[in-house]
Amino acid sequence: MDVSQYLEIFLDETNEHLQNLNTQILILEQEPDNMDTINEIFRAAHSLKGMAGTMGYKRMQNLTHDMENVFSEVRNGNITVKANMIDILFQCLDALEEYNTNIRESADEGTNDNEPLIKQLNAILKGGSDAEPEKTAAPAAKPEAAAETGSQKWQEMKLGESEQTVIAEALHQGKKAYGMTVKVQEACILKAARAFLVFKAVEEFGEIIYSNPSAQDIEDEKFDLDFSLIVVADEALDKVLQAVKSVSEIEDVAGGVYEAGKYVAPPEKAERETEVSEEKTVKEEAPVKKEPVKEVPVKEAPVKAEIQKTEAPKAAEPPAAPKAAPAANRNDKKAGTGKPIVNRTVRVDIEKLDTLMNLVSELIIAKNSLVSASATVEGNSNSEVNDQIEYLESVTTSLHESVMKVRMVPIESVVTKFPRMIRDLSKKLDKKMELYMSGEETELDRTVVDEIGDPLMHLLRNSADHGLESAEVRKERGKPEVGSIFLDAYQDGNNVVIEVRDDGNGIDTESVKNKGIERGVITPEQAEIMTEKEIIDLLFNAGFSTAKTVSDVSGRGVGLDVVKSKIEALSGEVEVKTKLGEGSTWIIRLPLTLAIIQALMVVIGGEKYAISLGSIQTLEDIPASDVKLVQNKEVIHLRDIVIPLIRMTEILDIESTKDPNENLVVVIVKKGDKYAGLVVDELIGQQEIVIKSMGKYINKCKIISGATILGDGEVALILDANALI
Amino acid sequence: MEELKVANDTTQFIVIRLGDEQYGIDIKYIDNILRMQKITRVPKVAPYLKGVINLRGEVLPVMSIRIKMGLEEDVVTKSSRIIVIKMEQQGMIGIIVDEVKEVVTLETAQIEKVAYASKDEKDNFIYGIGKYEGGLISLLDLNLVVPENS
Repeated sequence: MDVSQYLEIFLDETNEHLQNLNTQILILEQEPDNMDTINEIFRAAHSLKGMAGTMGYKRMQNLTHDMENVFSEVRNGNITVKANMIDILFQCLDALEEYNTNIRESADEGTNDNEPLIKQLNAILKGGSDAEPEKTAAPAAKPEAAAETGSQKWQEMKLGESEQTVIAEALHQGKKAYGMTVKVQEACILKAARAFLVFKAVEEFGEIIYSNPSAQDIEDEKFDLDFSLIVVADEALDKVLQAVKSVSEIEDVAGGVYEAGKYVAPPEKAERETEVSEEKTVKEEAPVKKEPVKEVPVKEAPVKAEIQKTEAPKAAEPPAAPKAAPAANRNDKKAGTGKPIVNRTVRVDIEKLDTLMNLVSELIIAKNSLVSASATVEGNSNSEVNDQIEYLESVTTSLHESVMKVRMVPIESVVTKFPRMIRDLSKKLDKKMELYMSGEETELDRTVVDEIGDPLMHLLRNSADHGLESAEVRKERGKPEVGSIFLDAYQDGNNVVIEVRDDGNGIDTESVKNKGIERGVITPEQAEIMTEKEIIDLLFNAGFSTAKTVSDVSGRGVGLDVVKSKIEALSGEVEVKTKLGEGSTWIIRLPLTLAIIQALMVVIGGEKYAISLGSIQTLEDIPASDVKLVQNKEVIHLRDIVIPLIRMTEILDIESTKDPNENLVVVIVKKGDKYAGLVVDELIGQQEIVIKSMGKYINKCKIISGATILGDGEVALILDANALI
Repeated sequence: MEELKVANDTTQFIVIRLGDEQYGIDIKYIDNILRMQKITRVPKVAPYLKGVINLRGEVLPVMSIRIKMGLEEDVVTKSSRIIVIKMEQQGMIGIIVDEVKEVVTLETAQIEKVAYASKDEKDNFIYGIGKYEGGLISLLDLNLVVPENS
C-alpha cells in the first residue's frame, strides 16, 4: 500500500513527538526521579517507533527501539539517570531530527545507521538490566491470551453499570443490542483509520455503546489486530456486519446478539484477561480512557483484579494529562454517556484557510458598500433595511473573528525547542545560563508563527553569546553566576510583543561606535553627533559584529540584520533597550492579524485615510492656542504628558482644508511607551477595513502600510502610526 | 500550415493617442481598458505614479506615461482611459492615455526597428515604428515604460 499520502501527517506528528521528547528529557535532567516524565518519554518514544515502523523507516525504528529499551529500564528502576545518558539521548534526538529532515526532503530516511549511538544505548542498557527476561515474557503472554479468546472476544467484554442501563433502555425501546469483534488484516498500515471507518459505518445504523479497547486507544492505534464493540441498533445484525465488512482491509467480523449478563466471563478467565489488559496498560501506557473498565461491578471480577485495575490506570493517567487535557476532558464527558467518539479535529491545508480569509475579506467589502449605499438613501430611511444591515455587520464581524481564530496558533510550537538550544549553548560556550519563558500560549497568525522561529533563535543565541558574561566576570560584578535569559510573549492591543531579555553585559555603545568607524559604516564625524539609539541601530546593519572573537554560535555578522528584515517582512518591528552592565532587552512587536483590522477613518486635506484602531489611544479636541513650541517642535501638554504633534498635512504633502484658528483634531497614538499626536482635519468614524497590498510598484512610502477599498469603491490609504512616531 | 505562418508573422497592437502622436501597445500585455475614475493619490512616491484605483476589489497602481516620457501633465477628458498592463515580472499597473483608438494588425514587414538613441526623451521608450494605412505608429517598449520594481 502506498504510504506517501500519510507522509505529511507522519512528519507533523514526528515533529511533535520530538519536541515533546526534547522538553521532557530536559525536565528529566533536572528531576531524574520524575516518574511522570519518564512515562511521558517512554510513551513518545514508543509512538515514534510505531510510526516509523508503519511508514517503513527501518533505521529510525531501530534507533527509537533502542531508546525505548533504555527508557523502559529507567522506568523499571534498573538504570538511574546520569548526565552522560542525557547527552546521548539528546544526540539520539538530533539523529532522529536528521532522519525527519531527510524524509521531509526526499521521502527517504537516508543511510546513516547511527551505529555508535545504538552501541552507546546498548552500553547503558547493559549497565543494569535484570529485567530483560521479564520484559520478553510479557509480550509472549499476550498473544497466548489473545489466541485463546479467539474471534468472539466481544463476549468477554464487561460492561459498566451505565452501559448496562443504556442497553436495557434501548432494548426497552425495541432496539437490538449486538456485540461484534472486528479483525483487521495484518498487512493493514493505518489500523486506526480503518477502525475509524468501521466506527462510522456502524454509527450509520445505531450507537456504539462500548468498545474494547477504548475509542481513544483505538484512535492511537493501541490495539493489536482486533477490537470489539457493543452496538445498539434498529437494523438486523447482518446488515450491520455487512457494512463493517465493506470497509477495506477488514479481515473478519464476528458478531451476535448481546444479551445482558449472559457473557460475563468465568472468574478465572476474567482474571487472566485483566492481567493481559493490565500488562498492556503498563507496556503501552494506554492513558486516560480506562474509566469504563473501572466501573466493573465488584461482584463480577475477583477483588484482586479490581485493585490491580484501578491502580494501573491511575499510575498511567497523570503524565498524559497536561498535553491531552482538553481532549481528555471532552472524552471523559462522552465516556460518561457511554458513547465512544473519535477525535474531532481536522488538519486543514493553510491554503484553504487563505482562500477562506480572502472570501471573508470580499464579504466585508461588499458589506461596507451596502452600508454606504443605505446611508446615501437617507430620504426614505427604511428601518427594516437598516436593522438587517446591522445584523449583517455583526455576522460578518464574528465570521472574520472565527476565521482569524482558526488561523491562530500558540507560539508554543516554536519556543519549545529553545530550552534545549540554550542547554546546548551553555555547554558549548561554557557559560552557565537558564532560560525562563512565559506566555507560550500567546497566539499569532499561523504564517507569522512559522516565520518567527529563526529571528527568535538569533536573538537568543546573541544574548547567550554576546550578552551574558562568563561566570568569572559575573562573579566579579556581583551577579549570580548563572546568567538568565528571559523570553516573554504577551498581547498588547492589536500587537503581540515578544521580548528577549538577558541580565548580561548590555550593549557597549562606545565599542559599537568604534567598530562602526573601523568597518567604515560611519565616519568619525558622524559618530560624534549620533544619539545612543542611532548607535544601537547600527547593530542591525549587515556585516556588523561586535564580538571580539567569532564563534560558531553567533558573531558572523549575519543575524541581526536578518532578524530585522524578517520581522519587517511580517509587518513587525524590533527595538532594543540596553543598560551597560545590566543587560539588554530586544522587543519584537508583531501585528495580531495581517488581513482585516478595525480602523478610524479620518480626512486629511480632503483625502480619506485609515488609522489602525490598535495604535490609537484617545481622540482630542485641542484649541489652537494650546499648542506650545519646544525646541522648535510643536507639542501639547495632555494629562501630564508632553506629546509631540505631527501635522499630517505636512507629512502627506497636502493643503489642509481647515481654518488654522479652529480647534485641532488630534489623534493620540502610542507605540511602546512613546506617544504622538496626529493632527487631522476631520474624523469620519470607525470601520472594519480589509488591508490590500499596494502592489510592487509602490512600496517606497514607509508611512503608508497599505490600502483599503471603501464601501463606495474608492481606495483609501492606511497610515502606519508606528512609522510616524 | 499556411495560416499558421501568417499568424506568426503578425502582431496586434492597440493604438492609443498621447497628445498628437499615436502609439501602439502589444495586445498581449493588455489586461483591461477602464474609463477614467478617481485615483487615490499616494504621497512620497515618484511623480509619474499617480496613485491607486480599485480594480475588481484589488488595489492597482496607476502611472502617467506622459510624465514618465517628459510630456506635459495629463488633462483628463471624456476620452481618457486607463489601460491595465499585465507584465510577467512586475505584475499589473494602469497607465493613463488620452484616447484608445483601434486595434491594428501589423506584419513584421510593416515594423521598422529603431536602434538609435534619440535626443527627444519620449523616443527612448519605443522600439519600432509601425506603418499602417499611411500613418505612423510608435510602438512602445513596455519594459522601458513600466518602472522597475523598487
